[in-house]
Amino acid sequence: MRRLGEYILFLKKMFSNREPLTTYVRLFFQECINIGINSLFLVGFVSLFVGAVIALQMAYNIVSPLLPKYIIGLATREMMILEMAPTLSAIVFAGKVGSQIAGGIGTMRITEQIDALEVMGINSASYLVLPKIIAGMAMLPLLAILSAALGIWGGYLATIFGNLSPTEDYIYGIQNTFVSFEVPFAIIKAFVFGFIVTSISAFKGYNVKGGALEVGKASTDAVTASCIAILAADFILADTLLS
Amino acid sequence: MIEIKNVGKSFQGKEVLMDISATFEKGKTNMIIGASGTGKSVLLKTIVGLFSPNKGSVLYDGRDFHASTIREQKIIRGEIGMLFQGSALFDSLTVAENVRFPLNIHSDMSESEKDDKVNFYLKRVGLENAAHKMPSEISGGMQKRVGIARAIVMNSQYLFCDEPNSGLDPQTAWMIDQLIHEITQEYNLTTVIVSHDMNSVMEIGEYIMFMYKGLKIWEGTKDEILDAEPKELKDFLFSNKLVRTFKGI
Ligand SMILES: Nc1ncnc2c1ncn2[C@@H]1O[C@H](COP(=O)(O)OP(=O)(O)OP(=O)(O)O)[C@@H](O)[C@H]1O
Ligand SMILES: [Mg+2]
Repeated sequence: MRRLGEYILFLKKMFSNREPLTTYVRLFFQECINIGINSLFLVGFVSLFVGAVIALQMAYNIVSPLLPKYIIGLATREMMILEMAPTLSAIVFAGKVGSQIAGGIGTMRITEQIDALEVMGINSASYLVLPKIIAGMAMLPLLAILSAALGIWGGYLATIFGNLSPTEDYIYGIQNTFVSFEVPFAIIKAFVFGFIVTSISAFKGYNVKGGALEVGKASTDAVTASCIAILAADFILADTLLS
Repeated sequence: MIEIKNVGKSFQGKEVLMDISATFEKGKTNMIIGASGTGKSVLLKTIVGLFSPNKGSVLYDGRDFHASTIREQKIIRGEIGMLFQGSALFDSLTVAENVRFPLNIHSDMSESEKDDKVNFYLKRVGLENAAHKMPSEISGGMQKRVGIARAIVMNSQYLFCDEPNSGLDPQTAWMIDQLIHEITQEYNLTTVIVSHDMNSVMEIGEYIMFMYKGLKIWEGTKDEILDAEPKELKDFLFSNKLVRTFKGI
């Protein structure tokens, strides 16, 4: 509970007494490139396979001849967009980017680089963290969209190569009874997760005390705490937005 | 000139600094010495505003730092340069970018003026050939010199150094000491150095303040220090067995 209070104070410190906005623009783009590229490959890879596996498992589970084959496409789409794309991307993101943020900022803390920024009169919290948070909130939705697309494509590939159903059925399935709110919902989720991962990881790194050992611990803590927070937020968002 | 008046600082009820007052004059190399853990770094960080004191004040040429508004503090900070114990160079930036960093924050010079300034100070510390190297690619002594260049690039008035020659071989340590001393006189800086290296104290210390467990025990010049009275200072100075035998104590 005290950690939560400190976390909120940390967020507040970030917004008070910022540098001029122009300072952040360049940093923001740098972070976008850095963060985006860092997790692009892994998110894509994981999504492709998860989509394929969902399709395979659906096909395996549909034993009844009464169930239409297009269910495979439908289920893959639903699972990917609603749950897998935002949540899985966020968890991969926490593992790759979150640990990198906590480690990077933690190292700056113990090597007095953060003190050096403060002595120069810079609000180190906002200078270092704000661009990362905003970049995370911008990039994770993009990653989630990519993830959903690749997942559905993965299911399509599985359908072809595993001979699960005629491809027309799969295509029909992914278009059938499509609720358009699902896409914005997934994007909102990714947006929130982007904030959660970057801010928690930065907070963990910023408050490191000690040496290299503590920096390593902050990195793993950042991933654990981010994952827990992602799943909690996932539940809350599903509960509030889908009911 | 920097005056510190009755500064006290404690962490979670543990007093680290007790009622410390001192005056650091312009154009002089002022030194704070004392054993490990006596609060030297905490005092330095309190002076530059990384910690706020529980009591007392720090005056930069009459301007009370901790009573100033954030905007006024930022002006004073533009005049402060600090060399950290581990250099604290930004490791994602090159040597030249590190030196340029304070200019990007505080000045509205044109890019070419900044270039000139960076080159000038890199040359001053003898590193014009390392401008495009990363901090991880240069030696500890070179990192210190980059740290010094970064600290004075803003035409700083005040220079703070936390153990500038820790972890360096005696010759490089001597060279860093000399560089700081020369720069102090050249640019008429108010320089404050934290150290526990008696060699540098005897080489460059013009005003010396000795701390012991959070208290200021003694102050004076390097000519006076060898005859100083307090027992704690004697123990600190003459911890070496050879010297003790020699002095007959
Ligand atoms: N942020 C902090 N929180 C709590 N205690 C601190 C903090 N910083 C320093 N201290 C304590 O203050 C005391 C003085 O530390 P300081 O770093 O000033 O010593 P020092 O004189 O610089 O020693 P050294 O020569 O080893 O650098 C130590 O007991 C240390 O544990
Ligand atoms: Mg120290």
